[in-house]
Amino acid sequence: MTTTAHDSRTYGYDDLPGLMSLMTGDEKHGPAATSTLDVLWVLYDRVLRVTPERREDPARDRFLLSKGHGPMAYYAVLAAKGFVPADWLPGFGAYDSPLGHHPDRVLVPGAEIGSGSLGHGLPIAVGSALGLRAQGLHDPAVWVLIGDAELDEGSNHEAIAFAGPAGLERLHTIVVDNSSASHARPGGIAARFEAAGWSAVSVDGRDHEALHAAFTAAHPGRPHVVVARVEPKAG
Amino acid sequence: MSSFTPSHPAGSSDGKGSFVVDTMRDRFAPVISRLLDEDPRVAVVLAEIGKDGFREAIARHPDRVVNVGIREQLLVGAAAGLALTGLRPVVHTFASFLVERPFEQVKLDLGHQDTGAVLVSAAASFDWPAGGYTHMAPGDVALLDTLDGWTVHVPGHPDEAETLLHHAVAAGDDKVYVRLSVQSNRQGRVIDGRHFVTVREGRAGVVVAVGPVLDAVLAATAGLDVTVLYATTVRPFDAAGLRRAAQAAGTDVVLVEPYLAGTSTAAVSEALADLPHRVLGLGVGRRELRRYGTVEEHVAAHGLDAHGLRERIGGFVGAGRATARV
Repeated sequence: MTTTAHDSRTYGYDDLPGLMSLMTGDEKHGPAATSTLDVLWVLYDRVLRVTPERREDPARDRFLLSKGHGPMAYYAVLAAKGFVPADWLPGFGAYDSPLGHHPDRVLVPGAEIGSGSLGHGLPIAVGSALGLRAQGLHDPAVWVLIGDAELDEGSNHEAIAFAGPAGLERLHTIVVDNSSASHARPGGIAARFEAAGWSAVSVDGRDHEALHAAFTAAHPGRPHVVVARVEPKAG
Repeated sequence: MSSFTPSHPAGSSDGKGSFVVDTMRDRFAPVISRLLDEDPRVAVVLAEIGKDGFREAIARHPDRVVNVGIREQLLVGAAAGLALTGLRPVVHTFASFLVERPFEQVKLDLGHQDTGAVLVSAAASFDWPAGGYTHMAPGDVALLDTLDGWTVHVPGHPDEAETLLHHAVAAGDDKVYVRLSVQSNRQGRVIDGRHFVTVREGRAGVVVAVGPVLDAVLAATAGLDVTVLYATTVRPFDAAGLRRAAQAAGTDVVLVEPYLAGTSTAAVSEALADLPHRVLGLGVGRRELRRYGTVEEHVAAHGLDAHGLRERIGGFVGAGRATARV
């Protein structure tokens, strides 16, 4: 692919590895960066109702990247969808680049939250869902992506246990499960959400059709979690 | 956690047989409930503590009064989410569970996310001494001092609490902390949510009394030739007000704060950076007392009663004069 891409060019899924390769430097979260790639692409390409033009629209869908480690796939998708210029990507991590190794919502167009410290996205997403509901905005969806090891953080469990009984139907969580939690049991992730009253689906995190079906499954009156399993984290 | 509700009456008896029966916290739910009626941006987030006061408000505004249960990380995180959708969250619990326990949420979900909220605490430094150290937060203001952009209001009377709560909610998307306490001065004063108020003028030093310590400071400094400034908003610190006072009263400054001693000494030093000055920071001691008992006993144990203050303020100001004469 050409690296002198004009901002208006249209990127597809096949362009993402090339966009990611623009981000060089000692990015140590390499494997984690790709575990989220397919989930992010399906969301931004087919599910989220948000565009660069609509990023201030109160009625837009919100996507909150809570697992801020390894954001290369996220930046690549934001570039592919026109939120950030592709020519920002080579500066990844540099002093004067808006693109850090953890995203900052103040610096990155389209980033709904800054993240890096784990366990902050889901509680904020709960508040966003509450805030939209309180303003009569019953249509926009709130999505938050967390990692399976990120679920270790107790703050997530405060949010999970609240959101189910509160019936936050517009709240959606994706857990990208690359088996990186040191202490886990098979099926434990979905079970914990289900016990709190969430709708839960587990799918192959590389299968775009399965992801799309899981993302768009009906879940009346309940928040929804999609556990997206991918290959175990290398190393 | 506890469902303790402070019942210690503000000022108790005024010596004339009448009682000041309400506390700052008694004003909190009625004031914020009215603001919920008037301003569609206002939302309230609670973690069980204080929910009874909002029973009517929650019936009128079920989507804008949220009790998240005993979950303080979610309390602050959810407030940030509400703010990101354009609301003005008012967040309430005891100071120890509002600032200390979820401090990273305060730092990141409000600060780093560039959102705002009004944090309203109760229980202060030792409002419930019988509850012990787990319910004491003398370090709350000092902790907030490690962060950028916080306004800190420390009312000294229920009337002032009401005024400052209105200022806090009206402050756009600012990050504002309102520190409510059962400790109270006998009368409220006219305050503007920004500046120190000159209560007494002298020529041999400036005493800055913060919030509910004013009555004790006035008693302690009776007969001393010092200016007494009354502060109910300590961040931002009214540096210009202090400098004006110091022009006539000199640059010997005593701070009396109802939280950790010395919390504002750096602010005083910054205000007087280009002038030779002396600062004495009085307040709640760092050492854990491991005592229960009453508010009055803790006030005395920390040397914040009139007698203890008189000794230390008198000694400091007197020593300053002696030094100046050498």
